[in-house]
Amino acid sequence: MSKLIPTPGQTVGPFYGYALPFNKDNELLAPGSVGSIRLQGTVYDGNGETIPDAILEIWQPDSEGNVVQRTGSLVRDGYTFTGWGRAAVGNSGVFTFTTVNPGPTEAGAAPFISVAVFARGLMNRLFTRIYLPENEEALAADPLLSSLDPERRSTLIARRDPDGGLTWDLRLQGENETVFLDFERVEGASH
Amino acid sequence: MLDANAGNHQDDELVPAAEPHAGHASSDAAAETQADLSAEIKAIGESYARALKDGAAPETQPRLDFAPYRSSILRHPTKSLHHADPETIELYSPAFGHQDVHALESDLTIQHNGEPLGERIIVQGKVLDGDGRPVVGQLVEIWQANAAGRYIHKRDQHPAPLDPNFTGVGRCITGADGSYRFTSIKPGAYPWKNHLNAWRPAHIHFSLFGTDFTQRIVTQMYFPGDQLFPLDPIYQSIVDQEARDRLVATYDHDLTSPEWALGYTWDIVLSGSKRTWTENEAFGDAGDEE
Repeated sequence: MSKLIPTPGQTVGPFYGYALPFNKDNELLAPGSVGSIRLQGTVYDGNGETIPDAILEIWQPDSEGNVVQRTGSLVRDGYTFTGWGRAAVGNSGVFTFTTVNPGPTEAGAAPFISVAVFARGLMNRLFTRIYLPENEEALAADPLLSSLDPERRSTLIARRDPDGGLTWDLRLQGENETVFLDFERVEGASH
Repeated sequence: MLDANAGNHQDDELVPAAEPHAGHASSDAAAETQADLSAEIKAIGESYARALKDGAAPETQPRLDFAPYRSSILRHPTKSLHHADPETIELYSPAFGHQDVHALESDLTIQHNGEPLGERIIVQGKVLDGDGRPVVGQLVEIWQANAAGRYIHKRDQHPAPLDPNFTGVGRCITGADGSYRFTSIKPGAYPWKNHLNAWRPAHIHFSLFGTDFTQRIVTQMYFPGDQLFPLDPIYQSIVDQEARDRLVATYDHDLTSPEWALGYTWDIVLSGSKRTWTENEAFGDAGDEE
């Protein structure tokens, strides 16, 4: 239990565009390099409209499942995989990352990419995960996925594209609303 | 174009905006008045006060569902957040170092050839985790409007002047005691069209990383005594007064620099680390290569 009460979050607002994005922010690896894939998706609101002013961050292990602790995310050298990236969604609501398939951090574990979501109109950041669609056995054994009903569970699993990339859409509200995560354990809470 | 390629051409953002509106009225012709919005905010506040009196726990974070901030209506999840135990990657943060951030990036007043206009300020504080431990060597990013309340952003078209000597972007890496420090210009209030005559209190956006990815937060620092606090749906989305107070900096005369800048202190508390000490040791200082 925390001794200090955390500072409240606030919306990222609409005008982060000149501050948070940086050169190659969404290229965890140079596009076209060995093992690189495209991770893409669209962000939707409760009316099913695309959102142009959201910003996503991903944080993931390398293809071997190692949690990388290398600096250099803000000044990409094109070779060092740091595991972290940031992508502002475009006017059409689409975001794109160049990255690698995350490896399992333990034998038999289902690999996933951790995601933080920010947007104008979103009061506080949200966390979620992107799982790879393969290895159904590992997905079935995953503690988070197995705690969800099938419909909600599917919002956390990406589709494999014909080019080897991943597509994963994010819905802040409405039909197929993405599952968002709370990591704080509240004492005395029933769930 | 702006958002689609935002990562690639920061200079695009520096292009002067189009001519301001001929009049000063909002082109959105928002029908709802501040009085309408204030009544909604008041009703939510009274409902929260009653719940507190009946024994409800104080709320420490903003409400995701806070209708007076109109943009939140279609953008808040309707299902409650799903509790998860953080695993693997979530127990660590990306590593940032001096390779990523230049020391001069913490001074927003020296990024151009001339002096920016406005009241110079120093903002300083510590980043701590929920257990009171300093968050060391992590990235802090800030952005803000200029002294006239104008952002260098194409979508900010309100008729206040841009300042050619102020971009409003800064970064630093927290020190060994979790400290950060920025030199800047006090931002102005600005109108934002949530409703007729909607003005944001002066604020600086802060983006912070902790030792775990679960500690990631974006928030806003406000200045003490701002008359706009009770009118602002974003500030008021935190319904608890003590929680709101955590976003307001303290004027610090000891930090104030003679003949130069006014000082403000603001400490930031992230959630507690979920890692155990032994796991923490495994990575040690490997993060910073310099």
